[in-house]
Amino acid sequence: MAIEIENLTKRYGLQNAVDNISFKVNTREVLGFLGPNGAGKSTTMKIIACFIAPHQGDVRLDNLSIHSNPDEIKRRIGYLPENNPLYLDMYVMDYLFFVASIQRVEKSTIDSRVREMVGVCGLSNEKHKRIGELSKGYRQRVGLAQAIIHNPEVLILDEPTSGLDPNQIVEIRKLIKELGKEKTVILSTHILPEVEATCDRILIINRGRLVADGSPSDLRKQAQGQEILNIQLETENSPATIKEKLMQLNTVASVESEGNGQKFFKVVSKTEMSSRKNVFRTCVDNNWILLEMTGQETRLEDVFRELTN
Amino acid sequence: MPAIWIIAKREINSFFDSLMAYILIVVFLGLSGFFTWLYGNDIFLRGQASLDAFFGISFWSLFFFIPAITMKTLAEENKTGTIELLITKSVSDWQIVTGKFLACLVLVAIALVCTLPYYVTVSKLGNIDHASVWGGYFAMILMSASYISIGLFTSSTTNNQIISFLLALFIGLFFQILFDVISNNMTGTTGAVFDYLSLRNHFDSISRGVIDSKDLIYFFSLITGGLILSEAMLSKRNWK
Ligand SMILES: Nc1ncnc2c1ncn2[C@@H]1O[C@H](COP(=O)(O)OP(=O)(O)O)[C@@H](O)[C@H]1O
Ligand SMILES: [Mg+2]
Repeated sequence: MAIEIENLTKRYGLQNAVDNISFKVNTREVLGFLGPNGAGKSTTMKIIACFIAPHQGDVRLDNLSIHSNPDEIKRRIGYLPENNPLYLDMYVMDYLFFVASIQRVEKSTIDSRVREMVGVCGLSNEKHKRIGELSKGYRQRVGLAQAIIHNPEVLILDEPTSGLDPNQIVEIRKLIKELGKEKTVILSTHILPEVEATCDRILIINRGRLVADGSPSDLRKQAQGQEILNIQLETENSPATIKEKLMQLNTVASVESEGNGQKFFKVVSKTEMSSRKNVFRTCVDNNWILLEMTGQETRLEDVFRELTN
Repeated sequence: MPAIWIIAKREINSFFDSLMAYILIVVFLGLSGFFTWLYGNDIFLRGQASLDAFFGISFWSLFFFIPAITMKTLAEENKTGTIELLITKSVSDWQIVTGKFLACLVLVAIALVCTLPYYVTVSKLGNIDHASVWGGYFAMILMSASYISIGLFTSSTTNNQIISFLLALFIGLFFQILFDVISNNMTGTTGAVFDYLSLRNHFDSISRGVIDSKDLIYFFSLITGGLILSEAMLSKRNWK
């Protein structure tokens, strides 16, 4: 099911926590909602989950709107709030039964549905414990189980892996990825590797506004702009000569000699041009031995830092 | 199963799970039994059997017990953040509030049902005015519902159970006794208004077995008022 977010605005005092955000999430897409703390991720998700109302704008699922059909939307959404609040004094099974019945899972299927969730979320050994007795990783699984128990078409997960240890993170990510095969998922995080590991598409949000939208590789390319090549040469020629010759190439914007070895160079191409072939030919023409030529990858972290500073 | 009842059921289970329910019921039965049978009463002396002493003490013990029952309902959910879970399920704010109200009322009703043996045994001792006994029980239910409604409201305003408890007692005290005191010191319309606001008068007239619409309207306004305010506090998250 596709979700459309239209011109969403939410103010807290004078501050726009969410500032006129619009985007669309397609069916079965796993969308990563990325941004520094306080960017407005949770606020946006709370609005989609019908916890708070926006000052302006709308969220639509099919023909349903959060303003006129909150009940129906809530039933089609599975929501894991930030910090995963749970009734700690309840038993895991009781809690899942409670959520299933309140989300109007058909009575005859509640039993099997709860058992299925226990299996899917790996809670078999913990199902007879009180939630308060569980470790953080297992509580997170209970949080996920309650979010998907009514088989919603859309999942909204607010920082689903925060506070978990590395092994637990890997397991929860695997679970989310599995779920993403048949559901539309929006997950928020401020951890970069998380989106690379789980998401098809990334939205970067900063101070309540969208600053980037695309697949992880799209974003990298977008930020890259200019091709950067690192090369290493073996030759008698002086760095100055080499630099001069490389600069004569019509695709090259700048050349810097790198480090102290004097034979490492950083070649930056003009926008939208590649210098790989030209650099190779120049080396051959001058009898320089090309020991290494690598393109420098812009890391997603750089994109993130650039967009949110 | 309607959403209201699903919410109420979870709440009732949690009362009994935490022993809270048992403790309150036992203390309530002990107190009211003590006063009904032993303390300064002439059940065995007057040939006239009545439950007046029981209703008299329950009028006060419920006044103190009910805030203890309601204090947790919303304050705890505000504190732990589970209110966000509940609200984002397929239920309305009104269903959440009325579900919790119902749970508290069921708990009080269970406590009251446990006192029916008093009624049965007392009625064996002599002639008893059955209408006034049932009137008394009905009045206690209405009074409890009113204080539950107030307690639910105070619980919705805070994330601290103790504050919820004290605030409920404070507000309740006006209806329980202060309006009555004020009305005794006033004359004319103001006096009449405070007299009408005092819960005691309505409680007394219903527990005499006289069901007057004036009294019913009083209780139902108090109950709905508290529920509406509680719901308003829940949806306050959207006002900012
Ligand atoms: N209930 C609230 N009252 C006042 N300000 C809030 C409230 N919730 C969030 N904010 C503010 O709105 C901004 C966005 O917060 P949030 O959506 O939680 O960010 P994120 O989830 O991206 O870290 C922050 O500056 C935060 O301080
Ligand atoms: Mg957040």
